[in-house]
Amino acid sequence: MSTLAAVVGIGQTKYTTKREDVSIAGLVREAAARALQDADLGWDDIDAVIVGKAPDMFEGVVMPEIYLTDALGCNGKPMLRVHTAGSVGGSTALVAASHVQSGAFKRVLTVAFEKQSESNAMWALSNPQPFSTHLNAGAGGYFAPIIREYIRRSGAPYDTGIKVAVKDRLHGARNPLAHLQLPNINMQEVEESFMLWDPIRYLESCPSSDGACAMVIASEELADKAARPPAWIRGVAMRSEPTMYAGREEVNPQAGRDCAADVYKQAGITDPRKDLDVAEVYVPFSWYEPMWLENLGFAPEGEGWKLTMEGATSLIDGGDIPWNPSGGVLSSNPIGASGMIRFAEAARQVRGECGEHQVEGAKLALGHAYGGGAQFFAMWVVGAEKG
Amino acid sequence: MSDENNVGEDNETVTGIEAPIYLKYNFTAGAAASRFLTRIKEGVLTGQRCPRCSQVYIPPRGSCAACGVPTEEEVELADKATVESFTIVSIPIPGNPIEPPFVVANLVPDGANISVIHLLSECDNAEVHIGQRVQAVWKPQEEWGYALDNIRYFKPLDEPDVPVERIGKLPVTGLEG
Ligand SMILES: [Zn+2]
Repeated sequence: MSTLAAVVGIGQTKYTTKREDVSIAGLVREAAARALQDADLGWDDIDAVIVGKAPDMFEGVVMPEIYLTDALGCNGKPMLRVHTAGSVGGSTALVAASHVQSGAFKRVLTVAFEKQSESNAMWALSNPQPFSTHLNAGAGGYFAPIIREYIRRSGAPYDTGIKVAVKDRLHGARNPLAHLQLPNINMQEVEESFMLWDPIRYLESCPSSDGACAMVIASEELADKAARPPAWIRGVAMRSEPTMYAGREEVNPQAGRDCAADVYKQAGITDPRKDLDVAEVYVPFSWYEPMWLENLGFAPEGEGWKLTMEGATSLIDGGDIPWNPSGGVLSSNPIGASGMIRFAEAARQVRGECGEHQVEGAKLALGHAYGGGAQFFAMWVVGAEKG
Repeated sequence: MSDENNVGEDNETVTGIEAPIYLKYNFTAGAAASRFLTRIKEGVLTGQRCPRCSQVYIPPRGSCAACGVPTEEEVELADKATVESFTIVSIPIPGNPIEPPFVVANLVPDGANISVIHLLSECDNAEVHIGQRVQAVWKPQEEWGYALDNIRYFKPLDEPDVPVERIGKLPVTGLEG
């Protein structure tokens, strides 16, 4: 039996290229301490700790969770690490939520992080495979052909990705924690930026960031007495599928569609564009906004780009369904934390604490993450009300 | 006891020391990949057909991930292929001496139903397109090993484009087959 749980504390570090002043332990501790402070709780109030990060090679530290136990106050408590590639920040939050929803624990601390400056994720994603050619050119090299196929099928205008790149950076400029602060970015600047993996330009790609994000998730009974408004967890879902099989739908993966249908059903959502007030969706390359608009049912297949081009996803243009008001992964990308930041920003929206990037009156929000070869999906819906 | 004059230096933050990691490992190919690697050493591309959905996998993994059943039937494939999609990469691949820009394509060999990635060369990058026909350019036989790198790259073929709905579905005899 599953019971109600809520986010009662959120802590993030300022996302940046290099945090030279702290170790990995210092980085995660900073986010965790802020989440505890936000929840008005101390280390002793936490029953269990759930940690997530992307592949170990991204920092060169193998099994970092082992050495982080003391920094995260895990002594004498259950501690668990989650790993689902880029979606890990989302699935880590979901594992933490399930530990509370199941009744196993009353308060769980969950933390996700990446200190990209300590190694080289592009290198880690470009290693030769024994039965393949050595042509893996990082995440961009993998996703570029899929984006090209989306453009062919949908007939989307060539500047759809450019528009998303500008929109998310203008959002990010309203979020003091966002890594990239580009308040004056424009379409021409993005279009003229270096073509890295055609059709993906430099400014249509996410940055490499250092950062950590943490949340405290509590049972209904404790959340009712929380120091600040809780974000009630209204639906949770994860799905995965193999990276490769014949006939696999890579542009609009089945696992993503199934995951969305599951989480919407739990939250009573029938029309996501209408029923949700805001979405924080994992968009590491700009073209993934129109692709996920379709995968997540905000637009019919082949028409996601229309929402983007109309400004429906722009907070600044007064769109009806703002996507990534925090600036999204395109503005900050500490990989392992990126999914949790989506989940945490969704929670912040329904708590009404986003300041300059607040969607006015947001009551229901989607947090989304994907990883691997677009094969791991994690989503939650959080609300200002219990439902 | 600390020397007061050196307090500043003692408290300097160490912001990074270089600590390289080297890793060599032995890859146990298993039955399916062993066959694939053995045959590619002979200059032949092979796949395996799923007994349930009839799709042909390259490289074979010994099972069909869609159906969850073992694959045993070995199928010889052509070294002609169709461009399913591609990217033009303008930055170097770490550890690979190849000079950008270069075209990395998702190629479906004739007779297979899934793409592998390989290099496209001897082409005008701006002319590469989905549905384009290409053929393998092999290294000299004396350089062949247990690797897909026995194929140096693929180059365009003077054949009509494959209609989008037929990409990934051509028989081993190609477009006219
Ligand atoms: Zn099958």
